[in-house]
Amino acid sequence: MNETFTKAMARNIFYGGSLFFILVFLGLTYHTEKVLPERDHRENITEEVVLGKKVWEENNCIGCHTLLGEGAYFAPELGNVYTRFGGSKEAIMAFIKYRPVEGVEGRRSMPQFNLSDEELEALAEFLKWTSEINTSNWPPNIQG
Amino acid sequence: MKYESQKVARLYFIAALGLFLGQILFGLIMGLQYVIGDFMFPAIPFNVARMVHTNLLIVWLLFGFMGAAYFMIPEESETELWSPKLAIVLFWVFLVAGALTILGYLLVPYARLAEMTGNDILPTMGREFLEQPLLTKIGIVIVALGFVFNVGMTVLRGRKTVISSILMIGLIGLAVMFLFSFYNPENLVRDKFYWWWVVHLWVEGVWELILGSLLAFVLIKVTGVDREVIEKWLYMIVAMALITGILGTGHHYFWIGAPEYWQWLGSVFSAMEPIPFFMMTLFAFNMVNKRRREHPNRAAILWAMGTGVMAFLGAGVWGFLHTLAPVNYYTHGTQLTAAHGHMAFYGAYAMVVMCIISYAMPLMRGRIANSNRSQVAEMWGFWLMTVSMVFITLFLTAAGVVQVWLQRYTETPLPFMVVQDKIAIFFWLRELAGVFFLGGLGVYLWSFFIGTDAEAARDNAKVLAKVNTKATDESTQETARA
Repeated sequence: MNETFTKAMARNIFYGGSLFFILVFLGLTYHTEKVLPERDHRENITEEVVLGKKVWEENNCIGCHTLLGEGAYFAPELGNVYTRFGGSKEAIMAFIKYRPVEGVEGRRSMPQFNLSDEELEALAEFLKWTSEINTSNWPPNIQG
Repeated sequence: MKYESQKVARLYFIAALGLFLGQILFGLIMGLQYVIGDFMFPAIPFNVARMVHTNLLIVWLLFGFMGAAYFMIPEESETELWSPKLAIVLFWVFLVAGALTILGYLLVPYARLAEMTGNDILPTMGREFLEQPLLTKIGIVIVALGFVFNVGMTVLRGRKTVISSILMIGLIGLAVMFLFSFYNPENLVRDKFYWWWVVHLWVEGVWELILGSLLAFVLIKVTGVDREVIEKWLYMIVAMALITGILGTGHHYFWIGAPEYWQWLGSVFSAMEPIPFFMMTLFAFNMVNKRRREHPNRAAILWAMGTGVMAFLGAGVWGFLHTLAPVNYYTHGTQLTAAHGHMAFYGAYAMVVMCIISYAMPLMRGRIANSNRSQVAEMWGFWLMTVSMVFITLFLTAAGVVQVWLQRYTETPLPFMVVQDKIAIFFWLRELAGVFFLGGLGVYLWSFFIGTDAEAARDNAKVLAKVNTKATDESTQETARA
């Protein structure tokens, strides 16, 4: 870098540029928060959905699965599992409930989490709500 | 090394490298679970191994950053550290808290751990990378505050340099953004939106400031290039990092329910995120080319150039590969993401921490640089780890491309698990590359135990003598010409 471009100019670009983009980012965040209710259908977040999210978190489901594409890549995407399972909460609940404790020989298998019926129901409800978020048509197909 | 208190960094570096070893071991367990699904099941299910793998990474890098700051700040500020005692106390607090957390992950079912540690009071657990129990999170905040206070007081009472200011902004930013880990809205979309304020604004934001200042510090020391030049580069690198990186957060807002203008913003700004990394590569190579002294620590120079190149490849190129929204629509959350994650973290952060360790550790042991034999082993470690990581990335990329094709792109998309079976060969190859990586790490760690102080002194004297003779030769020639 040559002599006409001084350290002071570089410093001003750093502080000025950063501050500018922080402010733009905060402005966009404000706007996102304002329009988000139309996309996340928060009116459908019942107490059951809230409990379901807690069950999701307290069993570290994200440690194997992705949810809306984020998480681990060891097990299937679950943002659309409700649709993949034919819109059946019962199917989701049954799948989780009947995991073999000792796993499946040579295969990946979901652990047995010993969830109560209430927790199972809530988790399925949470996944149903998640599947209804407007994700701009992601994932590309039912397989997630 | 000019100040006695810089030596507290040694503890931090040793812990960092120990945890790094742990991270790699758990990485190998996970890699095997990818192909032998019931390996260690149900004792260590995949999710637990992954949590240990990623949390160890974060913790060892934090140890590395803190050690780097404790080493650099007194030297930059030209004064002793405000309180070496506080640094030592915080070290043990962080190490014990970290160890207990990892043991908790391994020994107690996660749901039980959540219950035991008060997750009901303020649910923060169970989110990727932020799995730590509430108590650990509070511990991290306390350690971070004490640490920032300690180095901050040192900066305030001493010389202020650009390197120390950028490092401080990075470290304060790190501490402040972590506070968002306590914010866990019940609405998943908002949860994800602010979760990225920790994760993205760390690794593609304030951590780049830390990276830049560590690199600049080592380059000043080993090349002897004028501070004015180095600081100008540093300002431009971190300016580009934040100018592109802050709105670049948008590349995580494509498919989580956020409005669609993020697809444009995120694509455009994150497409520019490679710029600061490319500048880092240019920076490292330029400074080394223009060096005004021959430093005996050639290994540190290798790490400095290596981190520039690998950060650009891993964070820059592999990030760009899947950051544009129309591409990301198909690649989001596949093995391509994993490929990028591995090389980016290794190239940018693991390598810069090993760079500062390579420079600082011999000094703290009373040597200018390690003996030749030790440096050769260290460089073997460098190449083994780096080349293995390139292969890990290539195999995961291949796995990702096939996965995207079979599961997302064809007219008859296949189920996730069917696809996983079809790409198993790439997972086997990745595991093999991982074993080589572990070997490289072994050689690297072993290099610390090679060579005595006397041997190092003799080797260093040779390098310095050669430089001096060369300098004398040149001046005699110049005199002769005149």
